[in-house]
Parts: sequence; C-alpha cells; structure tokens
Amino acid sequence: MTVAQAAGKSGALEKYEAVIGIEIHCQLKTVSKMFCGCSTDIDGAAPNSHCCPVCLGLPGVLPTINKAAVEFVIATGFAIEATVASTTRWDRKNYFYPDLPKGYQISQYQLPLAANGRLTFDTSDGPFTVRVNRAHLEEDTGRLIHQDLDGRRVSLIDFNRSGMPLMEIVTEPNIRTAEQARRYAEELRLLMRTIGASDAEMENGQMRVEANVSIRPIGREAFGTRVEVKNMNSMRAVERAIAFEIERQAVAIDAGESIHMETRGWDEGSQSTYHMRPKEEENDYRYFPEPDLPPLLTTPEWLAEIKARLPELPATRRTRYREAYGLSAYDAGVLVNDAAATALFEGALAAGAGVPAKLLANWVTGEYMRLAKGEGSGGSTDPAELAALVKLVAAGAISGTNAKEIFAEHFASGAKVAAIVESRGFRQISDAGALGAAIDTVLAANPAAVADYRAGTLAAIGFLVGQVMKATRGQANAAMVQTALRERLDKV
Amino acid sequence: MANLSRADVEHVAHLARLGLTEEELARLEGQLNHILDQYTILTTLDTEHIPPTAQTIELANILREDVVQPSLTADEALANAPERSGGHLVVPAILGGGEGGA
Ligand SMILES: [Zn+2]
Repeated sequence: MTVAQAAGKSGALEKYEAVIGIEIHCQLKTVSKMFCGCSTDIDGAAPNSHCCPVCLGLPGVLPTINKAAVEFVIATGFAIEATVASTTRWDRKNYFYPDLPKGYQISQYQLPLAANGRLTFDTSDGPFTVRVNRAHLEEDTGRLIHQDLDGRRVSLIDFNRSGMPLMEIVTEPNIRTAEQARRYAEELRLLMRTIGASDAEMENGQMRVEANVSIRPIGREAFGTRVEVKNMNSMRAVERAIAFEIERQAVAIDAGESIHMETRGWDEGSQSTYHMRPKEEENDYRYFPEPDLPPLLTTPEWLAEIKARLPELPATRRTRYREAYGLSAYDAGVLVNDAAATALFEGALAAGAGVPAKLLANWVTGEYMRLAKGEGSGGSTDPAELAALVKLVAAGAISGTNAKEIFAEHFASGAKVAAIVESRGFRQISDAGALGAAIDTVLAANPAAVADYRAGTLAAIGFLVGQVMKATRGQANAAMVQTALRERLDKV
Repeated sequence: MANLSRADVEHVAHLARLGLTEEELARLEGQLNHILDQYTILTTLDTEHIPPTAQTIELANILREDVVQPSLTADEALANAPERSGGHLVVPAILGGGEGGA
C-alpha cells in the first residue's frame, strides 16, 4: 500500500490543511552570461568550452551586470503586478560546493528587483491568486557528474552553466493544494514564454520548481515544520510530489512522528519523495553586500520603456478572446496556452477578413491541435489557408467531413485549400442546372417540410437546405441552394 | 559584551571549512569576542539620520549590453586543474551539503 492510499484510508487529509510555497528558477534568454560575455549557447557544447576567468571564479576578476537579464526580471515584475525596486543591489550567498568556484553565489537578498506581485489563473475549483513575494536575479552554478574513475569516487565538473543568468521567483505560502501549485507553475511558464524571458523547459533544467510543504490541523494559524521538495522534472511531477508529501506528513503526524526540516527529492520511479539532506539555515549562508558590484538605480524612464515593450499577457489575451470573439473560458485557455495555436488563430484572423472567430477557434483547438500533437506530425498550417477553409465551411460551401479531409491534406503537404478542393472534386456546385435537379428531388421527397414552409413556418427552409447539402455530399453552395429553394417555394 | 560561545566558533569554523585545533579554538574564541566588543562601541553612536550603506564607492548603474565575448578554450580553462578527465575538471566526490543548482 502506498502512503497516498494509506492517507486516503486513514482520512488524514480531512484533518489537515497544506501550506505550500513555491520557488522557481528560470534560465533567462540572454545570449551572454550574467556577469561575463561567455555565450549561453551551451546545449550540447563540449565541457568547459564556454568559460572565462569570471565564470570560473579565478582570483582578481570583476563581474559586470548583463542589462538584458535585469530587463527580463523587471518585465516579469510588471507582468505579475509587482513593485519594481528603484534601488537594487547584489549580495553574496556563501557556501562551499565544487559546482560553485568562487565559494559564493552572486544573488539578491535584501533588495530584490521586484517584490509583492501576484498571479491569477484558473483551477478546477475556479480562479486562484498566488501572492508572489519576490523575483530576483542570480547566477547559475556549474554542473557536477558523480562517477567512479579508476576505482575512486569523484565528481566531474563542467563550468559551462556557471554564471548563466537565473531569475528566482518566490511565492508567499498561500498555496493550499497540489493542483494550485501545478497550475501556478504552468501559468508562470506561459508568462515566461510570452514575454520571452525564458524558454522555461523543465526537462532540460531551464525551469526548476521547488516546493516548501508543511501541514497544520485545519483551523490552526501556526505553520508546521516545512519540508523542501526538489527534483520535479515535469508539471505532473510537481502535482504528484506535493500531493505525496502532504499525505506523507499527515500519516507521519497521525502516527505520532515529528516532521523534520529537510530537503527531499521526488523519485519518478517509485512516485515518492526521499530524504536528500538536512535543510541549511538561512543565516548559514552569511549573506553580505557584493562589494564588486555597484547598486542599480532604476529610472522611471527606463521602467516605462520596459513596460511599454511588454506583449499582450496571457490573462489579458484570454479575456479578450472571451469578450471580443465569444470564446468559452475553456477554449480561450487552450488557445492561449499554446503559442503556435495562438499564432495560427491570430494569423488567420488577420489574413481572412470576416472569418468567423468562434468557428476558427474550434478549428484551431480541434483539428489543428489534434494533428499538430499527432505522432511524428511535422506538418504545418498556413493561417491564410485555414481562414479560407473556415470561410468555406461557414458559407456552407463544404461539409464538415470534406473540410477535415482538406485540412488534413493541407497540413501534410502544404497544398493550397483551393487546389485541394479542385483536385479532390470538393468543388462547390454553383451551376444552377445541376443544383436544380438536386433541389427538385429533395422537394419531391419532403412534402411535409414544403407544406410547413408554405403554411408560414419559414424555418423549415433550413431543413431543406440541409437535405440538399446532404444530397450533394456537401458540395453545393449553401447560399445558392437557399435562393433557389425560395424561388421554387415562394412560387405557388 | 559580546558572548560568542565555543560552539559558535566551531560552527563558523565549519562553515568556512577550517579545521582548528583545541588550542586554536580557544584562542579564536577570545580574539573574536574581543573584535566584537570593539564593534559594540559603534552601537553607542546615534545613526538615526544616516541612511544604510552597502557601498563606499560612488558608482551606480554600471551595466553591459548583452553581447557575447570570446571564451577561453577548454584547454586554457583547465590549464590549472589538478586533474582532468574527458574535458572535465576532476575533484574528490563530495556528497550532500552544498546547494547544487542554486
Ligand atoms: Zn565567462
């Protein structure tokens, strides 16, 4: 029996409330490192090939601040409605570990670039707002590989990652469920990508999520002992690890055990957390102001310039999609979560004047996303072609089934919609003679609908149009069918 | 009066990764307390109207543009390494401790 099952059975979760705070590190999308000019293009690079005296921590070197990294943190600050500091500075966080060549990490402790922000997103329980304590800048460490070399236990060091710019974003502990924690991380990832601050891929460490989890009896104010959870390499892992940790603590407390302040890792294989090390006290890091870097004063002009450069943010975009185009909250969320889908939607709206937005959105979230996510898809969609196709569907000129075939072919081959319509014989029947024959057949076969229409139930014409479209396998021009039907029905 | 205990001195020595003998610990306990006593003189001054200072140089806003500059070659970067293997620097394994990944 897993701990989760045990907790479920003991009902421990009904007695306790979880208190969760999240710390997220994002690698910023600069081309050079935080305090030196080394390239950040280190993916797949030979070890120690992207290093200089500064990021190797050699004696006597001086750091210089990368302006773009500062601007990304300020932009993030604005995006989460935080207060951006007018004066900020750097501090040294001191500890010894082989991945940190200087023996200290340059970080921000007392005066972070941004503080007191918030981020609101939807959950299965409705909207939820996470309060953000701070967003600050720091430098990344090198990478260690622990292994045996000639029978000795050694660590191999690659300093390519040393000095990469990192933004750390810390929430207040106002998160209460594992789902809220996952949704917060997802919304922040979307925000990072939208403002271009980070690619925020969890799989390759561009975004690292850590959670501080404690529980307390429902109704009690005081916090319990918190445990730090690390090594969550996907959004799913974030939710599962936190849920596991809440249950583990509940079961332990119910069994009369005490919770220790420690760092635990998430193990994907066993779907559980394990003890990594005792948590260091904050003052053991002996923070003090970095003497090698002067303070940074942010002028109102500079801040205004950064704010003006912000693109439309996800929350604003979702609201606009709902209000301007009548999309459901769900559809707006699905569209905005996917950058390619958003670009296709916006592109098609721009390319196809008068294309019905709601129908277009259905096509993007439906057919497009289905094909784009398919195994080894590799296809693409031209926004203008999708707009043309949706207009044909809206006009009733092509049946839904035919339209899906056309779209699939366009997606695979890139062929123009008009060309596919032509070559596959999905051409609209706009020839009055050919249409006339189909219409006459339908009228003869549906005397009741004809009588209804003539008796004043004008809506009956919709049924008849549908029957003609069916008879012509969706290839008739719906507008022409309607006109031709009226001509015949109105003529007594 | 400062009252740094022997345990405090041992803790600070551990954080600095200094291996100290009993004799050194005893001597440093006295010396560190003496230094702290000197600093307590400062607390008698009225600093009410003096803004906190973290820097003594009168500089601010020294930024560089986000431009790539050449790095060292891996060979140069490892020139002073006591041991290397496959382009990596080799050190004795240290498990636990440290922050790892910032
Ligand atoms: Zn460098």
